[in-house]
Amino acid sequence: MAVAAIIAWETRVLPIGSLARPGPGYLPLALAAIMAGLGLAIAWRGGGPRVADLTWSEASHAIKLLGGCAGAALTIEWLGYRLTMFLLVLFFLGAIERRRPFAAVATALGLSLGSFWLFADLLRVALPRGPWGF
Amino acid sequence: MDTLNNLALGFSVALSPEVFLFAVIGCVIGTLVGMLPGVGPLAGISLLLPATFGLSPTTAIVLLAGIYYGAMYGGSTTSILMRIPGEAASVMTCIDGYAMTQQGRAGPALAIAAIGSFIGGTVSIVALMLLAPPLASLALRFGPPEYFALLTLGLLMLAFLSGGTMAKTLAMAAFGLFLGTIGIDLMSGFLRFQYGIVALGDGIGLVPVAVGLFGVSEILMTMGQGSAPAVQKPRLRELIPTRLDIRQSVGPIGRGTVLGFLIGIVPGSAHIISSFLSYALERRLARQPERFGHGAIEGVAGPETANNAAACGAFVPMLALGVPSGPIPAVMLAALMVHGVAPGPLLMEQQPALFWGFVASMYVGNAVLLLLNLPLVGLFVSLLRIPYAYLYPAILVFCILGVYAVSESVVDVWIMIAMGGLGYVLRKLDFEVAPVVLGLVLSPMIETALRQSLAMSSGSYLILVNRPIAAAMLVLAATLLIVCLLPRGSWRRMLGIEG
Repeated sequence: MAVAAIIAWETRVLPIGSLARPGPGYLPLALAAIMAGLGLAIAWRGGGPRVADLTWSEASHAIKLLGGCAGAALTIEWLGYRLTMFLLVLFFLGAIERRRPFAAVATALGLSLGSFWLFADLLRVALPRGPWGF
Repeated sequence: MDTLNNLALGFSVALSPEVFLFAVIGCVIGTLVGMLPGVGPLAGISLLLPATFGLSPTTAIVLLAGIYYGAMYGGSTTSILMRIPGEAASVMTCIDGYAMTQQGRAGPALAIAAIGSFIGGTVSIVALMLLAPPLASLALRFGPPEYFALLTLGLLMLAFLSGGTMAKTLAMAAFGLFLGTIGIDLMSGFLRFQYGIVALGDGIGLVPVAVGLFGVSEILMTMGQGSAPAVQKPRLRELIPTRLDIRQSVGPIGRGTVLGFLIGIVPGSAHIISSFLSYALERRLARQPERFGHGAIEGVAGPETANNAAACGAFVPMLALGVPSGPIPAVMLAALMVHGVAPGPLLMEQQPALFWGFVASMYVGNAVLLLLNLPLVGLFVSLLRIPYAYLYPAILVFCILGVYAVSESVVDVWIMIAMGGLGYVLRKLDFEVAPVVLGLVLSPMIETALRQSLAMSSGSYLILVNRPIAAAMLVLAATLLIVCLLPRGSWRRMLGIEG
């Protein structure tokens, strides 16, 4: 229902049009109304687990993982693909999984360089290179 | 006769060295995708999409299709040997497949799964070949009201057949439809929900949403699996099923083929539903239903055949109508569009080499999978010994790579991360995420069809019920809604598929 309310609010700047000539805001507004109705139905009938009953044991791991990915998104065009992926895998294996340093570095090197070779060199997929050519 | 000539043309394309090589590569990658937890066929196909940019459209679609049905095969291996369904369609195979493994009969279970998958897939392709041309001719008579009714029916059917509650599934479909409205409105030129982000002008891409909701969220859900599970490697000679195994499997394979194909052409997560229904059907028809759950080979043969038959059947509406029947055909449709091919009723006439080459490659792919999977099962299984702590960083690297490479945009990576987090929360709350992907793909089609229909009728919604084909489809959609309003479980009792 909250999502529906946000969509409806954001649709206010779009012309709704008429029935004969629906505008760009017509479908989003209709979808907001449908989502609100379905939200009410879900709240009324239930049919799923209660948030309070759920266990979120893996949530802290998940947040760290998403944080690592966000870091990669921030740096990929600045540091280049290979360096970013090396650091990302090193973060996962070293900081999150606490693997031995040699295994973490070797895996990070293998994955970052191997995937770049396969996709950029072999399959000609455009991947960013950093200021040092990485 | 025309069909045979076209098929000959198709085989000349499918057996050309380049296309054949990529069919084999697709099958191998698909098998791995199906086996590894955390990478389903949808995320696998999405991730490999950028790698097809340098290929011809035919080669690209053959590679991606190979991944799809390769994943169907691969998923059965982990289900039978480890009780881990590599992808959702293999859940039912776990029950009796793993029980057979515990009884030392993993070999026959794997063999029957592979043979059933081969037969189901191959027969479905014959049906696709026969059904697609007349369906395409019929579709040429469709106008905007018919397309709107068809797309609406598709979304409702998906909600009806999904495992979750209908309200939740429809809410997810509506959210997907909303995501599809982001970006430039092609009919008026207005920018919607763009907030100054240039990359959103073209809308939200399918790949970041699919990879986020299916790939990333799956990894987040399975975090904490540090060690590799124990796994048996059956020898080649142990794979041969007994005469009794074959006799018990013939019926389930036949029924699974018909059921799988019919469900495949209906919109929804066909391959998943078909395996569930096939298992229920076999247990119902069995003389000793109590054997199910304790290593009944029928419980492997039926679902495995059905999910592969459905995987092929799902291509019928995509190729003939240009309407995807589920999230995976939706990604395939997007892949074809990236390569400048518009699937739909005219595809067969305008690009016969592509259409029939694709159909023929499915025969080739199924044969390759049968020949490849049984002898190499030990090799594939060895990969499952890699600890998950090393596996998920690799999967995430490929997720970021695949998403970035589609349009060389960091915004797509951010969308993937956001969808990964959202998918994780939604799945914890028991929401289906597949309708979001289907809604996103269908959104531009459904909006254009609705607005054109209203423009044709000067604003009267009656145009949707005044035309017989559209009216029939909307009546069916309304019936589904009414059935879902009945008390929970009553329609299942009416159809006799409870339990």
